[in-house]
Amino acid sequence: MDHSSSTPFNEGADVIKFKTRIGIILFFIYAAVYGVFVAINTILPQSMKINVLFGLNLAIFYGFLLIILAIIMGLIYNAVCSRKERQYEESNL
Amino acid sequence: MIYSASPLAVIIFFVFVAAVLGISFYFAKRTKSSKGYFAAGGTIPWAVNGIAFAGDYLSAASFLGICGMIAIAGFDGFLYSIGYLAGWIVAMFVIAEPFKRLGKYTFTDALDSKFNSKGIQLMAGISTLIVSLFYLIPQMVGAGALVTPLLGLPHWVGVVIVGGIVIFIVSTAGMKSTTYVQFLKGTLLVIFSFVVVVLVLNKGITKNPSEDYHQFITMTASEAEASGYTITGEHTDNGRTFVEAENEGTRTWWELKTVRGKEVLFETLSITEDAEGNQLYNGAPKEEERFYSVGHVSEIIQDEISVDETGPLGPFRFLSTLEDSTVVRFPSLIFEHEGEKIQLWYQEETPGSKVLRPGLKFKVDEGSTPISKLNFVSLMLALFFGTAALPHILIRYYTVPTPGAARKSTIVAITTIGFFYILTLYLGLGAMINGVIDVESSNMAAPLLARYFGPVLFAVISAIAFATVLGTVSGLIVASSGAVAHDFISNFLGTKLDDRKKVLAGKIAAVAVGLIAILLGILFKGMNVAYLVGWAFAVAASANLPSILMLLFWKRTTAQGIIASIITGIVSALGIIMLSPDMFIRYGLAPEKAPFPLSNPGIISIPLSFLALIIASLLTQKKAGEKVSQEVN
Repeated sequence: MDHSSSTPFNEGADVIKFKTRIGIILFFIYAAVYGVFVAINTILPQSMKINVLFGLNLAIFYGFLLIILAIIMGLIYNAVCSRKERQYEESNL
Repeated sequence: MIYSASPLAVIIFFVFVAAVLGISFYFAKRTKSSKGYFAAGGTIPWAVNGIAFAGDYLSAASFLGICGMIAIAGFDGFLYSIGYLAGWIVAMFVIAEPFKRLGKYTFTDALDSKFNSKGIQLMAGISTLIVSLFYLIPQMVGAGALVTPLLGLPHWVGVVIVGGIVIFIVSTAGMKSTTYVQFLKGTLLVIFSFVVVVLVLNKGITKNPSEDYHQFITMTASEAEASGYTITGEHTDNGRTFVEAENEGTRTWWELKTVRGKEVLFETLSITEDAEGNQLYNGAPKEEERFYSVGHVSEIIQDEISVDETGPLGPFRFLSTLEDSTVVRFPSLIFEHEGEKIQLWYQEETPGSKVLRPGLKFKVDEGSTPISKLNFVSLMLALFFGTAALPHILIRYYTVPTPGAARKSTIVAITTIGFFYILTLYLGLGAMINGVIDVESSNMAAPLLARYFGPVLFAVISAIAFATVLGTVSGLIVASSGAVAHDFISNFLGTKLDDRKKVLAGKIAAVAVGLIAILLGILFKGMNVAYLVGWAFAVAASANLPSILMLLFWKRTTAQGIIASIITGIVSALGIIMLSPDMFIRYGLAPEKAPFPLSNPGIISIPLSFLALIIASLLTQKKAGEKVSQEVN
């Protein structure tokens, strides 16, 4: 049975381990922020009308925050992983 | 509503379709191998793949469904945007790179990478087919909704057109053409949605959306009597009173309220259906066009002063002004009256502060119950965990050359999708206050908002929306055909197919799945497509995600555990959906008679699936002897 990747690639085990650890840490951070959002909506829905910043209420502000946070965390994750990959490639030249 | 085809819209639409078919022809000549057909040869650049991800993901549910739901339920619709985007976090941080390392063509490849189990091959293939079909339904419903105003054709014709084109695309060229179609439409969708949002903000908020916007009649009972109206029927619902009034042979429905001691009638929209199925729109045949598009603001407060219009507003100021204003929404109710079925939409003045926080659709605030709150949490859970378990998303990780490219393309996707989802809030609210909502189909809010700004924009947006459906359906059908040809025929049955025959089997499967999708798209006409996709997410999150996560991060996972998890996830999620209040409405039964009170299964079915995997894996440790390392890499 051939389940191998459709294209060949080469990665170091340490690099993979590093990227996996960073990914899981970032995942749990975001999951916690998302979980708090769902909890506030469910338990304290009235608090969502509180004015927070720029005239936006908490509901909209938190919603925008979750979207923008995902993008920012993605960029951070990519920067960290790319640097590690470059270091690996340089050390294997 | 009555729609007539715009020649310009038709021309632009056909130019788009021709471009899509041209791309398919071009790549069809170059796609000969199964690797090329199912995974585009793993040669797609990450930036292109990222936009294609967005094109794939920003389906009819996002553009039509979410905007429509925001237009009728405000912030509650935006919760779908938040949940859909958050789901990419799981894909980006946990799934993307390991998945690229594990598989070849399909989702099953990754799950089966350490076991070579016939059971996994069968169940994962079935799961791919079920999830893809669930996801296909809303796309086809969206296609049908689009074609009516665009080409002036019935819903079912739209479904058949999309189904036919997509079957052609997929059965000719496979993943590469699908990728470039998605790239094209993803780019255009974001650009033109941004243009519409700029126009919405530039217009600002006004009490009178347009010169031809219907001015809803309000009159006292004595004025109605003097005008020749006679009350011929009455219906009460949740403390509201509605009366049927006859005037010059036309019967219409009005809401009766007592205002300052006087009985006052407020005009409603209604569809009356008699026993033979004949329908009257506001008491007249549909052709008389007495059924109006709706949505307006009754009071605008800007800087604590009541104004008739605001003029151009910035993005934050638009929201804060709307929050201080009052929006007229049109909730609906259905009841029987003297042998006729009445569907009625009444005016409800809603403070902007309620529109821009949860509660209008999801009962988490006023009128909430523990079950309604649980339903909400269940939906948000499914949205969060569903994205990373969608087979047509997962297979896109095989189209790029390396795990790093998989990660980078996910980040491009998140950035594009995140930007688009912020736009959906303005598109939906723009539709809500500019009198463009077709109460019969919330799915059309965004295209009709574009039409509000001119026929050219409407034509372009509609064509892009159509391409949106084409792109997503193409991706889903490629995933399904891969499940049949690669997982089932080649791997499970062990039929030795050469490369050419494997591609042929995939193409035959694509045609079959496409035909089923056409049928389901016709059957589910009228349901909000974002809501339908919510179900697809729940099934995917229940059937697939526990297996993927546990395979990656729990070393005691066994093949039997994965099989048990998939079966439990599918059965429990589908079972809850089929027995849910929403499906009972679909069956024509009273929703309160549904044996299961939740409409979103995730909160039950996802933990059950995890539990099944853990128990089955623990029970089969010695027997199977199949331990996977914590780091499958």
